[in-house]
Order: sequence, then structure tokens, then C-alpha cells
Amino acid sequence: MIETRGLQKSFGAKRVLDGVSLRVGQGESLCVIGQSGTGKSVLLKCILGLVGTDAGQVLWQDQPLTPTRRRAFMARFGMLFQSAALFDSLSVWQNVAFRLRQRLPDAEARAIAIDKLARVGLGPETADLMPAELSGGMAKRAGLARAIADDPAVIFFDEPTTGLDPIRARRINQLIRGIVTETGATAITITHDMGSVRAIGDRVALLQDGRIAWDGPVAAMAEAEPLRGFLGLTEQP
Amino acid sequence: MNPVRLTGRAALRLTRGIGAVTLFTAQGLFGLRSFYLRAFVTQLLQIGWLSLPVVGLTALFTGAALALQIHSGGARFQAGDVVPAIVAIGMVRELGPVLGGLMVAARVASSIAAEIGTMKVTEQIDALVTLSTDPMRWLVTPRLWAGLLTVPLLVGVGDVIGIMGGWLVGTQSLGFTSAAYLSNSWAYLESWDVLSGLIKGAAFGLIVAVSGCWFGMRSGRGAEGVGRATKSAVVAAAVGILAANFLLTGAFFQ
Repeated sequence: MIETRGLQKSFGAKRVLDGVSLRVGQGESLCVIGQSGTGKSVLLKCILGLVGTDAGQVLWQDQPLTPTRRRAFMARFGMLFQSAALFDSLSVWQNVAFRLRQRLPDAEARAIAIDKLARVGLGPETADLMPAELSGGMAKRAGLARAIADDPAVIFFDEPTTGLDPIRARRINQLIRGIVTETGATAITITHDMGSVRAIGDRVALLQDGRIAWDGPVAAMAEAEPLRGFLGLTEQP
Repeated sequence: MNPVRLTGRAALRLTRGIGAVTLFTAQGLFGLRSFYLRAFVTQLLQIGWLSLPVVGLTALFTGAALALQIHSGGARFQAGDVVPAIVAIGMVRELGPVLGGLMVAARVASSIAAEIGTMKVTEQIDALVTLSTDPMRWLVTPRLWAGLLTVPLLVGVGDVIGIMGGWLVGTQSLGFTSAAYLSNSWAYLESWDVLSGLIKGAAFGLIVAVSGCWFGMRSGRGAEGVGRATKSAVVAAAVGILAANFLLTGAFFQ
């Protein structure tokens, strides 16, 4: 459903992506892992069009993402940012219903927002709070509610558990897994948290030195030679 | 390095900068395909209504001080009676727009740059894009139009308050009667004096909003980047207002 072909991106003399090719099928959940600074978030931003690429293509439903197709693509995806990225000047429900309010009356958009907040475990009393009044975990949930508010076909998760304690991280992972399974959405998760990979992913791809060093099912991770170094680094007691 | 080459590079950089800011302003002003009315109304309140106290106080004290200065200076050549006319003309042509614009620059350019800069470093601007919303249309267009439309109104209100500051001093300590002061104020004031001040206000409002948005959108990473963007926005707005004031005064009155 989503594919990258030979994506390249450099910042100055540093080549961050050096021909990244990946394919994620309909309803599949792919986790992209890699050490800090390997360009995981840059890859995500290149797919979303937030950062331009130097070479390569992003395809959606087997067609390259031209500017016109990108608009249609943007309308069909949701995104959970690492920092949740809730708009400070809007209340929680206004954040969740941001896209909905552009085509629905406020009362209807608010009702959907409250429903989505409930889906991520936030009660209606949080709807009128401002983002600054939320804890880190609540902000992530609100961000997740915003990501799923418009029933997207594709959901991107950028480091969904960063900054959360292990209990909250596990809860967010369970929520994401539940939502992805329930909605049948395609999911692409950028993470270095192996807990997230095991909880969310069907498939995992290791990004190393700007290339995909390994790509396979989550169940095969333990036997994958290229992953040994990464797993050793991230899962030492 | 060769000084000619240095001068050439600086000139190129300046020209490129002016071109980029001009394009940014045009994009911001005329990107009206989807106009966010709610965001615009919020900005009308933020930029216009909430700046009223500071602009009003500035005008009041400036008008009062101007009356004292003109009376004291005019007394040297027996021209103390011109206080009302000069306060009125000075306020509406020059001090109202310039000081009002500078106060709005201090309050609004900094706040716009800090808000947009923080949104940039906390990925809120990326979030807007992912929600199919053009940050230029949602963040910049409402602010530019709000600056353009509200600052002339602030200047108009400031003019009246400034003249009232002069009237207060004139009637309370310089020996003018209220009726004489007010009639002298209006007698020498022409409609172009007022209109030119309001046009200056519109230009200054645009300069303030463009500075805040431009530096906010280009804010660097972290708190330091936002701080630098805020400082640059205020400095650019203040210098821009003073330079534009000189050019507009030359264009209007030479």
C-alpha cells in the first residue's frame, strides 16, 4: 500500500538516507528501528512530505505521490508525533476534532472527539482541558485520539513511547495495537523501543547507515544476525 | 577577502532577503483560498484589542509630555499658544503611528514569533501539515490581515487619547480653557494629517505581523532558537517601522 523506492536524503555532507526501499501492505504494521541519529524520523518525514527527498520515490497504492495525490493521501492518514504536538491554543477536543471541524458543525465534531477520547481511555472531563494541563501520558493519548479521529487508512507513529514510564509505555503500546487491529489500518511506527516493536509490529525493518539492513517478521528478530548488535544495545539489563 | 566581493555578497544576500520576505508577505496576504475566520477573529483580539491599553497609555503620556515641551519651548519666542495645534498635528502625523507601532512591535511581534517558533520546535507546524492544513493559511494569513487592519484603528484611538493627554495638561497646568484648547486642536488639523497617520499605522501593523511570522517560521531549534527568533522579530519590526516612517513621511509630505 505504501512503498519507498531508493529514498535518498542528505543534510550538507551527511547522507542520512542512502537508498531506502520499503513496502508496507494493506493492514500491515511495520516498525522501523535503528539507533538514535540513523534517520528514522527523517524517513518518516520524507514519506509524509514534511522533508523533501534528494532522490527516490514514495508510492501509495502503487502510484507515485504527485502533489495532487499527496493531498488525497494526507486526508487518509493520521499521525502520532513523538511529543504529541497538540496545539497549545486549542482545547483537547478542538485538537482531536481539528480536521473534522473543517467540514462538520462543532457539536458533531465535539461528539466524535469525545468518542475518540474514550477510545484511548480519556474521559469527557478531559475534553475542555488545555494541552498544558495534561500529563505526558494523557497528551500521548490525546495525540493518538487526534490521529484516529478521521478514521485514517494509514497511521504513523513517531517514537510513541518516548518520555513515558514503562507502565504508561505498555499501556500506549496496547492501545496502538488494539486500534490498529480494530480499524484494520496500515501502521508505520518509528521506534527504538523493542517493547513497542513486539506489541505493535507484524514486521520490523532495521535502518542502519542510511539503508535497510534487515527486514522481516517480528517473530524472526531473535535469529536475525544484523539485529543482534541493535538488540544487545537496547535490551541490556 | 576582496572588499568588492564582500560588498557584492552582502548586496546579493540583502536582495535575496528582501525578495524572500516580499514573497512571504504576498503569500501570506493573498493565500485566501481557505480563510480561517476563527483564527482571524482570535488575532483581531490578540493584536488589536489586547494592545489597546499599552497603546492608549503610551499615547496619553506622550500627548501630555508633548504639550509640556511645546509650551516650554514655544514660550522662548512667545508661541505658547500653539500647543493644541502642534500636539494634535504631532500626534496624528508622527507620534501616534510611530510610538503606537513600536509598542505593538514590542508586544505583538515578540508574541507572534515566540508562539510560532515554539509551534515549530514542538512539531505543531508539522502536525498542521499532517492534518491537511497549510501553516501559511492557518498561522500567517490571519495574523497579517489582523495586523494590517487593527493597527490603524489602534493608531486612531491613540491619536484621540494623545490629544486628550495634551488637553489634560493644557487645561490643568498651562492655563488653557477646555473649549479654546479643543477648538485650536481641530482648527489646524487637516483630514490628510489623520489619514496619513492611519496609512502609516496599516503599514506598521503589516511590518509587525510579517516580522513576527517570518522569524517565528524560521526559528531555530530549542529554547535558544525561539529566543533568537523573538529578539530578531522585535528588532526587525522596530527598525522596519522607523525606516518605513521615514519613507512614508517623505512620500506624503515632501
